[in-house]
Amino acid sequence: MTPEIVAWLAQDGITNGAIYALLALALLLVFTVTRVIFVPQGEFIAYAALSLALMESGRVPGTIYILLAGGALAAAMEVASAVRQHALARLPRILALYVVLPAAVAGAVWWAVPRNLAQWAQVLLVLAMVVPLGPIMYRVAYQPLASASVLVLFIVSMAVHYVMMGLSLVFFGGEGLRSRPFSDGQFQLGVLNVSAQSLWVVAASLVLIAALWFLFERSIYGKALRATAVNRVGARLVGIPANLMGQLSFLLAAFIGAVSGILISPITTLYYDTGFIIGLKGFVGAILGGMVSYPLAALGALTVGLLESFASFWASAYKESIVFTLIIPVLVWLSLRSRHVEEEEQE
Amino acid sequence: MNPARAAFGLFLGFLIAAPFALPEFYVTLMNYIGLAALVTLGLVLLTGVAGLMSFGQQAFVGIGAYATGVLTTVYAISPWLSLPAGLALTGLAALGIGAITVRLSGHYLPISTIAWGIALYFVFGNLEILGRYNGLQGVPPITVAGWTVDSGRDSYVLIWIATLAALVAARNLLDSRSGRAVRALRFRGTMAESFGVNTARLKLVVFLYAALLAALSGWLYAHFLRFVSPGPFNVNAGIEYLFMAVVGGASSVWGAVVGASVLTMLKEWLKDILPALFEQSGNYEVIVFGVLMVALLHRTSAGLMPAFARLVPASRQASRPGDAAPLARRERPRAGEPLLDVRAAHKQFGGLVAVSHLSFDMKTGEILGLIGPNGAGKSTMFNLITGVLAADDGEILFRGERIDRLLARDIARRGIGRTFQHVNLVGAMSVLENVAIGAHLRGRHGTVASILRLDRAEEARLRAEAARQVERVGLGEHLLDAAGSLPLGQQRLVEIARALAADPVLLLLDEPAAGLRYREKQSLAALLRGLRAEGISILLVEHDMDFVMGLVDRLVVMDFGEKLAAGLPQEIQRNPAVIEAYLGGIE
Repeated sequence: MTPEIVAWLAQDGITNGAIYALLALALLLVFTVTRVIFVPQGEFIAYAALSLALMESGRVPGTIYILLAGGALAAAMEVASAVRQHALARLPRILALYVVLPAAVAGAVWWAVPRNLAQWAQVLLVLAMVVPLGPIMYRVAYQPLASASVLVLFIVSMAVHYVMMGLSLVFFGGEGLRSRPFSDGQFQLGVLNVSAQSLWVVAASLVLIAALWFLFERSIYGKALRATAVNRVGARLVGIPANLMGQLSFLLAAFIGAVSGILISPITTLYYDTGFIIGLKGFVGAILGGMVSYPLAALGALTVGLLESFASFWASAYKESIVFTLIIPVLVWLSLRSRHVEEEEQE
Repeated sequence: MNPARAAFGLFLGFLIAAPFALPEFYVTLMNYIGLAALVTLGLVLLTGVAGLMSFGQQAFVGIGAYATGVLTTVYAISPWLSLPAGLALTGLAALGIGAITVRLSGHYLPISTIAWGIALYFVFGNLEILGRYNGLQGVPPITVAGWTVDSGRDSYVLIWIATLAALVAARNLLDSRSGRAVRALRFRGTMAESFGVNTARLKLVVFLYAALLAALSGWLYAHFLRFVSPGPFNVNAGIEYLFMAVVGGASSVWGAVVGASVLTMLKEWLKDILPALFEQSGNYEVIVFGVLMVALLHRTSAGLMPAFARLVPASRQASRPGDAAPLARRERPRAGEPLLDVRAAHKQFGGLVAVSHLSFDMKTGEILGLIGPNGAGKSTMFNLITGVLAADDGEILFRGERIDRLLARDIARRGIGRTFQHVNLVGAMSVLENVAIGAHLRGRHGTVASILRLDRAEEARLRAEAARQVERVGLGEHLLDAAGSLPLGQQRLVEIARALAADPVLLLLDEPAAGLRYREKQSLAALLRGLRAEGISILLVEHDMDFVMGLVDRLVVMDFGEKLAAGLPQEIQRNPAVIEAYLGGIE
């Protein structure tokens, strides 16, 4: 193995690791705020990447139908609960959020596709299509079970993943897609040829991580999210609406997922079901960080990226096996450290 | 004939008639149901009963299938030898993975099961000896004494015999000493440890059992299909098994059959109907599955089995235990011997000092009251003595032996029985079964013995002992009621009966009189006096001063984790510091 290869693998690993780090942060955010193990995170990656690729090839992505249907379902549930609580004043807001907004996005996409807009405009449209799916998903699938156990929420996550993956196959088809790179530039860095796209990925990840930090440290919503993460009941007692925080965390997670998908789609060919594996690697990163600390999770995710990259050089067929067995030593360590007393579920 | 037996008879009749009456297609479907039910049954025990969730059972099915596939095709070994080989391999894998993961809290297990499921799937698909993604062709059929099991109908017999045997074994297991402990694992781990159950080991046993059932299913599958490929062992298969367990409902072993049947048939039906509906290829059944799952969980998390069970009128499954030879009792110290010696015990939670260098001692035959305002650290003191929490500093001696470094279950073994401030019963189990958990350490038969029903003599003695203690606390008429259905005060009495079933030398009671009416308190006081007369020493936390003052020999008063006073009840009642901190506050 020559230094060039090492440098090249490291670049590859850091690029992927940056994506995994973003995903790990999103997963950790959702988990601490809602206790949901957010398996469908991977679907946001695939939806965003495939939608972008379809738009670039001049086709209307099926994402808008999912958005419209999901919005309608969420609206129906909200209206039902508003009627039950005799709070009809909420109706206009519900319709605006869950029906008018998705319809407007769908209309814009419909209008934009044949016109072949600039790439940045298409990226914005993709975000507008995919990101609202997060809060809608929370409203439809998770909110009615917000107080259920971690395990029940986990099963819901797997079921939602199933549904999203099935829909993905229906609307995006079984073939792999790749979108255009943001720029084709190459930089010479010592022996290494750095592609501009890799720099995009790393830079965007760093910006997003900084933005998240700013959100949590400086904004009232970020503080409310943190409060909910620390103590749900306590947060509710001081007037932080738990459902809104759930939707907010899903919104952020969907945003992070969609951005990740857009960033990697020029580098990797994505299939309708690739998101799941990518999301899980973010998970492995989060577990390496012990599911508690954001910096540790990011570090863990970077490790996953590097390991994967070097594993694909030495034993490419076993790349996935190696990455996923990586968590075993970490679990050993966690298990040795923990005394058996654990928080017990309520019967 | 009771209705539950009739339902079982009907089911058995259907199983026997099915291969003669049904066309080939449905027999094959029934085979798939049986194979899935085996795996799901393991999950019902693992997830539904013990509360450990796994998305990785398909990996164990795969190990079982590939083990026999390789051994029979590459090495031409008889399937009857490859079965134990496959089970042993799966067992080793499960022990390795389980030893790491089952001790971890809730969500780590399911995540790691997904991870190992994916890892093994890629191993199956890439190993040359396993035929890579093409799989292994030409797996030979099983032969039993000259009979070659090579048609769907032949396989049916083998598959359903195995499934029925596994169902009976699981039912036997749950209705035993180990089974009661397993049923306490999900919500009551701390309690189980306090009565001597090694919960980590027990979780591992259940995990192993589920893995072995999966491997058995894999062995049957390989020889029924005569072909093994990685496809059926991907992560989606693991998700489907868990869905089956959830749909069937984890409350009963029969839920495994219900869940496997409903989902297998639904999948088949959806595969027929959906493409016609949408006129386009796609994995539609996956979508419908997911939607149904979420909808079911929104309605109920108990699955379909309770609904099925309602069709069969309830029958009193458990009966009152008959007479049986009493269990051996431990030798006990003589009255007046030193019993418990707490020396400067200290416990801190972060900056909060819950127990601050507290010392007191107890002699055999004493009732010692531990009183103090809420938050004084009384329950923490209990947890230190019983090993539920580890002391930061100081020593605790029981009969001259240091116990403050021992685990809760080892302290229980030495004769300390306790109740919990927050009632810690398994609500779905009967009063009798709850109390029998208390006698856990007085039995010795394990899981294998109970599956084979070799434990019946001991079981009768355990149940008889439990029934005696239930009678003793005055709940004889509620013996077979679900513990969760009793009012809170009576649940506290069940807690006392459970502690008594452990044959304790020292009994720790945490607010036993809370929620009791005046009459009930009087009979409780009489019971405790009776226990003292038998030589059982009692450490009592209680807020009802009338109850405490009339009963205890001595008192220790705690405030903010420290000892405020100690002495005879009359002295304490006159102590100005105590009146200031505690007694006066009542006025």
